[in-house]
Amino acid sequence: MPDDPTPESLLPLPAATFHILLAVADEDRHGYAIIQEVAARTAGEVRLSAGTLYRSIQRMVEQDLISESAARPAPELDDERRRYYGITDFGRAVAGAEVQRLQGLLRIARATGVTPRRV
Amino acid sequence: MRIYALLLHLLPAALREEYGAEMTATFARHLAGARGAARAWALVAGLADVTATAVRAHADLTWQDLRDTGRTCRRNRGFAAAIVAVSALGVGATTAAFSVADHVLVRPLPFADADRLVKLWQDQSYRGYSRMELSPGNYEDWRRQSRSFASSAAFTSNSVNAMTNAGPLRLNATYATSSLFETLGVSAALGRAFVSADERDVSTKPVVLSDRLWRTTFGGRAEVLGTTLRLNGESHVVVGVMPGGFDFPRRDNDVWLPLSFVPDDLADRSNVYLQAIARLQPGVSLAEARAELNVIAAGLARAFPEANERTGAAVIQLRDEVSRQSRLMLIALVGASACVLLIACANLASLLLARAVQRRRELVVRVSMGARPGRLARQLLTESLGLSALGGAMGVVLALAAVPAAAALVPTSLPIAEAPSADVRMLAVAALATLVTGIGFGLVPAWRIGRGMQRGEFRHGSRVFGSGATERLRAGFVVVEVAAAVVLLVAVGLFLRALWRVQDVNPGFRDEGVLTARTALPMPKYEVTATREQFYARILAEVRAVPGVTSAAYTSFLPMVMRGGIWPVLTASSAAPQDARMASVRYVTPAYFATLRIPLLRGRDVAPSDTQTSQYVAVVSQSFATSHWPDQDPLGQHFSTALQERVVVGVVGDVRVRGLERESEPQVYLPSPQVPDGGIIFYVPKDLVIRTNGAPAALVPAVRAAVNRADPEQPLSDVRTLAEVVRLETASRSAQLTVLLTFAAVAILLACLGIHGLLSYVVAARTQEIGVRMAFGATPARVMALVLSRTATLAGLGVTVGLVVAFAVSQSLQFLLAGVSPTDGATFAAAALLALIVALAASVLPALRAVRVDPLTAIRAE
Repeated sequence: MPDDPTPESLLPLPAATFHILLAVADEDRHGYAIIQEVAARTAGEVRLSAGTLYRSIQRMVEQDLISESAARPAPELDDERRRYYGITDFGRAVAGAEVQRLQGLLRIARATGVTPRRV
Repeated sequence: MRIYALLLHLLPAALREEYGAEMTATFARHLAGARGAARAWALVAGLADVTATAVRAHADLTWQDLRDTGRTCRRNRGFAAAIVAVSALGVGATTAAFSVADHVLVRPLPFADADRLVKLWQDQSYRGYSRMELSPGNYEDWRRQSRSFASSAAFTSNSVNAMTNAGPLRLNATYATSSLFETLGVSAALGRAFVSADERDVSTKPVVLSDRLWRTTFGGRAEVLGTTLRLNGESHVVVGVMPGGFDFPRRDNDVWLPLSFVPDDLADRSNVYLQAIARLQPGVSLAEARAELNVIAAGLARAFPEANERTGAAVIQLRDEVSRQSRLMLIALVGASACVLLIACANLASLLLARAVQRRRELVVRVSMGARPGRLARQLLTESLGLSALGGAMGVVLALAAVPAAAALVPTSLPIAEAPSADVRMLAVAALATLVTGIGFGLVPAWRIGRGMQRGEFRHGSRVFGSGATERLRAGFVVVEVAAAVVLLVAVGLFLRALWRVQDVNPGFRDEGVLTARTALPMPKYEVTATREQFYARILAEVRAVPGVTSAAYTSFLPMVMRGGIWPVLTASSAAPQDARMASVRYVTPAYFATLRIPLLRGRDVAPSDTQTSQYVAVVSQSFATSHWPDQDPLGQHFSTALQERVVVGVVGDVRVRGLERESEPQVYLPSPQVPDGGIIFYVPKDLVIRTNGAPAALVPAVRAAVNRADPEQPLSDVRTLAEVVRLETASRSAQLTVLLTFAAVAILLACLGIHGLLSYVVAARTQEIGVRMAFGATPARVMALVLSRTATLAGLGVTVGLVVAFAVSQSLQFLLAGVSPTDGATFAAAALLALIVALAASVLPALRAVRVDPLTAIRAE
């Protein structure tokens, strides 16, 4: 593994990774909240299992895409067993690179006329 | 939830410890939100999820470790190649040996319900024959009276002359009762096998072909069915072709012909020539069948005391028709391969341990970055398993190449193929050997790493790890390697001495410069003795006229080829004990003794004047003369054998008829014209022996032409030199020795690698110490002695252990050693010496490297 990977070296991102990055992009969330957020954003189409979630989180922490957040919510809303995860700068760069990749793909698809009539 | 928590243990430790609690909490919340069937579904899905996650996480880790292994190997190709090569040798040797042993000793025979198939023998143990063929009368009575068998069959093998488009051929034939194929549970691949009508209606004369004959001689054409094949001058109709791989009773069988008995056959209970097999009834045990047949045999002994006196019945599983010698040899082979595998494992463990020490820095960095000891151990284990898997794959290729070479160890007494085919069993053995190798050599370094780190030996790049303890471990491995190599060397030495001893046995004749060939004359065409004599006279006259030929003759059977042909002997006042009154009987033409250089000690050879109208005479071997007339002149003595009274006219030297490793009955030679017309056709001379001054093989075209001129339908078969016949006597010993020798060579090579590796490591690790010693005045000779003494100590220890183990093991090989003592001192000493010399030779390079250490550089490096 190269010592300092570029965002592009991690592309294409697995779908679960991309969804998790988006879920923690605007605020830090704990595991169960990530599952709920992803389900909500995709209108219930993507439901991450606990196994998939934490296997992804482990890898993403190793790859420095997300990190455990020290900030905690107000004590009355908190559960001390929970850990919160937030996106890192590198994670944001990787998510951006993935968006760019997908946009490129979309452009090619549109140019060849294979996009669906109604999106 | 408890099950969920339990299943979490399937996850890799890092994932579990870091996220296990969160996963449980998430799962619990998920579960809390569901009711009824949805809850049950969520429960199942959660358990399935954690299991699937565990599989994926482990696969991720393994893949990552394998990629790391690939990178490591690319950086250090020599090391990777050594690991792969050593494990390939270990796995290859084990797989080949196990496959051959499994093929012969374990695998079910290729018949349906093969464990219910038994072989039936007459048992005359009281005179040394525990497995004797049956007479037709006894077989029929056993078959009719017994209730233990679902079916049974009798058969006898012979060869027949066939007239084909390709000219006359000699074919191996089995005459079998129609129940043979039903008993074995095998049908024809093409056409049909025999039906009971074939026995009754002798006019049809059906013949069933082997797959091999069908393909080679009849082009594999289906139209062969219904065609006519001339066998021994009679037309037979091809009714079927057996499937490929049907090797009953032997793998060289060409045709099956129906066997039926006429009343005369059934009446003569002393004519024992049938082999019999049977299929046990469901629910009947081997012991029950044996007991029942022995009761029947006892009844027959009372009814026909002359032929059946003290004759019992032996019932043994068809699977067990393997001689004790073959069985022991194969077990020895597996033992030898286990030695090679052990050495390979020790060697690999040693190599990997050294490698782990070299990678100390890398491992320390990973520990400091938070890697767990378990994780590092796992990576090392994956590395060793990955490399051994590669070695295992190469080992299978090696085994596939080696197995045909071991075919000489597959006995012909079993109806099985010459060599095991590559199948799931072979691959399973290879996989197991690979796993043993991978774990065997990977576990020790992995364990050392784990332990080293628990003790904090890794902190700050400590030098403690990888010095003393590792060196001791590796030294232990070297001792094991040397010991295992010594065991193999002793075994090879003992087998070599046994081979020499057998080769030194005087066969009683001179085999060099003699060509042998067979012209088995078919009956009834040649049943009149005078017709045969004309044939012999013509062939012998033509052959003797070939330049270089000094003499030629015919005999009933060549020594060592046909070991039976035994007949009881009656004398007026025989001094020989009852059991010794048997003789190996051969009809010969004049000059047989001169051709084989069997010394004529007294009297004369058989002569053309010995005919059916003259006195019946015999030439006897010296042991025959001394056992029957110890203090008298044997010449002129009378005795009866082969249906006639005969007078002794000559005495010749004894011949090893039963082979170099067995005692033979005394021999009686009778003049060929004195075979009665149409009688005792089994003994009719068929083997031609020709002595020449030149190369025996050069005679073949002339002999073939002579036979063709005498009878164009007569095939010439079994053409080979007498030296080849004698060599065949030791062929299986030679093959066994070659296999063992190969194993021993691999073992000693691996042990050398181990010693060389260890000493190189020691010298490298102690460069500073050596430098300091040299700076303080140690001479190169002293340094060299230091290194070599280390080898001598380890090799000495290994040799001692090896000799003790060899002493214990060799006792069980005694049966295979042809009289060589299993504790033969010279062999043990030679093995020990050889191992020591090789060990010292392997340490020369590291010792020279130690001598060349520059004290200044070494000390500065410190």
